Amino acid sequence: MEWKRKHLLGIEELSKEEIELILETATSFKEVSTRDIKKVPALRGKTVVTLFFEASTRTRISFELAAKRLSADTLNIAVTTSSTSKGETLLDTAKNIEAMNVDAMVVRHGSSGSPFILAQGLNCSVINAGDGCREHPTQALLDMFTLKEKFGRIEGLKVAILGDILHSRVARSNIWGLTKLGAKVTVCGPATLMPRGIEQMGVAIDYDLKRVLKASDAVIALRLQKERQEAKFLPSLREYSRLFGINQAKLAEGSSSLIVMHPGPTNRGVELSAEVADGKQSVILEQVTNGVAVRMAVLYLVLGTKEEVAI
Amino acid sequence: MALLIKNAIIVNSDKVWEKVQDILCENGKITKIAPSIDAKGHEVLDAKGKKVLPGLIDIHVHLRQPGQEGKETIETGSQAAVKGGFTTIMCMPNTNPVIDNPMTVEYIIREASRVGLCSVYPIGAITKAQKDEELSDMAELKSAGCFAFSDDGKSVLSSRLFRLAMEYAKMLDVLIIEHCQDPLLTSGGVMNEGAVSTRVGLKGDPGIAETVTVARDIEIAHYLDAKVHLAHMSLKRSCELIRQAKAQGIKVTAEACPHHFALTDEACASFDTSTKVNPPLRSQEDVDAIKAAIADGTIDCIVTDHAPHTKEDKEVGFDGAPFGLIGLETSLGLTIKELVKPGIIDLAQMVDKMSTTPAKIVGLKTKGVIKEGFDADLTIIDENKEWTVTKEGFVSKSKNSPFIGWKLCGEVQHTIYNGRIVYKI
Repeated sequence: MEWKRKHLLGIEELSKEEIELILETATSFKEVSTRDIKKVPALRGKTVVTLFFEASTRTRISFELAAKRLSADTLNIAVTTSSTSKGETLLDTAKNIEAMNVDAMVVRHGSSGSPFILAQGLNCSVINAGDGCREHPTQALLDMFTLKEKFGRIEGLKVAILGDILHSRVARSNIWGLTKLGAKVTVCGPATLMPRGIEQMGVAIDYDLKRVLKASDAVIALRLQKERQEAKFLPSLREYSRLFGINQAKLAEGSSSLIVMHPGPTNRGVELSAEVADGKQSVILEQVTNGVAVRMAVLYLVLGTKEEVAI
Repeated sequence: MALLIKNAIIVNSDKVWEKVQDILCENGKITKIAPSIDAKGHEVLDAKGKKVLPGLIDIHVHLRQPGQEGKETIETGSQAAVKGGFTTIMCMPNTNPVIDNPMTVEYIIREASRVGLCSVYPIGAITKAQKDEELSDMAELKSAGCFAFSDDGKSVLSSRLFRLAMEYAKMLDVLIIEHCQDPLLTSGGVMNEGAVSTRVGLKGDPGIAETVTVARDIEIAHYLDAKVHLAHMSLKRSCELIRQAKAQGIKVTAEACPHHFALTDEACASFDTSTKVNPPLRSQEDVDAIKAAIADGTIDCIVTDHAPHTKEDKEVGFDGAPFGLIGLETSLGLTIKELVKPGIIDLAQMVDKMSTTPAKIVGLKTKGVIKEGFDADLTIIDENKEWTVTKEGFVSKSKNSPFIGWKLCGEVQHTIYNGRIVYKI
């Protein structure tokens, strides 16, 4: 199939075939990063800007490396809320950058839906690197890529997403993607961080972590922001960890083939114990490696270069 | 000169008159209604084939003046009102300065009268500067011209203060209009909490923020045997609470807005910030319940909660955009399209909800009915005319409407205020 989208705003609007195309494309790009010369000329002459309104290290670096390994020129802009002068709208900021002839803008913003505003108002490609609590499509793609690598398939896999579902764009993008590809998804986490009506997205809810681990092929533990406890969603981090943190003992309840994933950065001792995060069932660093490949695939596809590329 | 309306099919809240009538308007009053009145010496307006309604009354409007004239002014708001068929509007006090002092009240009345398109009655703030700390000087505001009070935009969160406000208002025989939304429960929500907010990752405002306040206010009204008017009801549960309260004789009245019966929270999934409104657009179940409550009288009247915001205000993403949408110019068309045409209410009931009952609720004794001796405020409509809402068509200073592109039914042909034609299509 042929890729037709100019933007990647979320997984929600993608078809199963489109997701599979990205994952296949990423497979070929993964090899590039293992070479001595980690570069192909696919996006030579293109300019990719990362525009981040929220702090991020790994996603931004991953996108930057992905663009560089495709020979694109990159520019990173971090906009802190305080430096956005009042009165300049998000679109104004982006239009000013676009006026310098950029080809793709990779955007992270704290407000759900903001990539839509940019996609409607800009001529360049927009890639969503996380918007509010809505979507983080490349994270879900790299998670799916990792699952596929580990299990050879996604259809029929039982995947648990664990933690602060309410505020998680990673959870939402993964729910869209995994259910489209035929996985069975269970969400698990404190009831106060479980969004109303989540079951209408095609997932099961279970508050019992041990039962969930027993029944799963993979678990994606989400980062628990410390602010959630300050906002009284939780009695304490200790209690959270007791109910929803994975330690070696709880992990032993599940199958030995169960894999543990995390979008990072992990709060060790809160959602995962150190031994689990570093243990043999953890694929956290592989996820990071795969992130570059998936982002190369996304940049390559949305920038739609027609030239033949020797990879 | 007197204005004579010929061949009027009069629609009052009790009935649609079978035989066409002529209506004579002199010195701002309806002086005669008869099958045929001699046209000699009068300005004549032929209403043949059209329905003539008592001028529509909207008791919940934000005119933004003083303080936010970039969004709307008394002049542009009045123009929008008469284009929408309204001859009386009441403006909420969340201006800058807040309508909590006689000077601001007098300023609005004077400016509205200079514009002269419709009656504009300022609603006074319940608490000084709407700060939820001390009661405003209601008696002084009453003598300046306020007969209703609200902290609209937010609830009076302090239940004790709200109780005192209700007691004080009862003594003064003025109306308290409550914006029911507990901000501690809302907690920064930007749309209805439910499957849609979960899907699109926007922070949800749970319906209980409204219903717990509705329940509280009903209890206080019951306890004090005082009147309370509940603004912009949006939920099935609110309707159930009000229905029950009314059955028990509690003096509660309630209003609903067209956007709460024409749209659901699915509209917010577009991230169109003109769908961001307070209270938020709700579920289909709630929409159906609001319609049923309008039909059975649980909801007494339809208001717009006209809330203008500029493009710049709204173009900052869904989270950052202010709440509110404009409604004066689409209210009638939406009501006919969504309620009258499907047979949920008839035209006479619509007049009841949009003119007669709002006049009664706020105590306007000479408005809301086409009757000799009443004010010569009339709205002439073609209830079958379909028209399409366009951004350019709005005369309001702001264009924040989620209905742009919609085909509505029922068009205002002429608006007559104080015996003068103030709008014609």
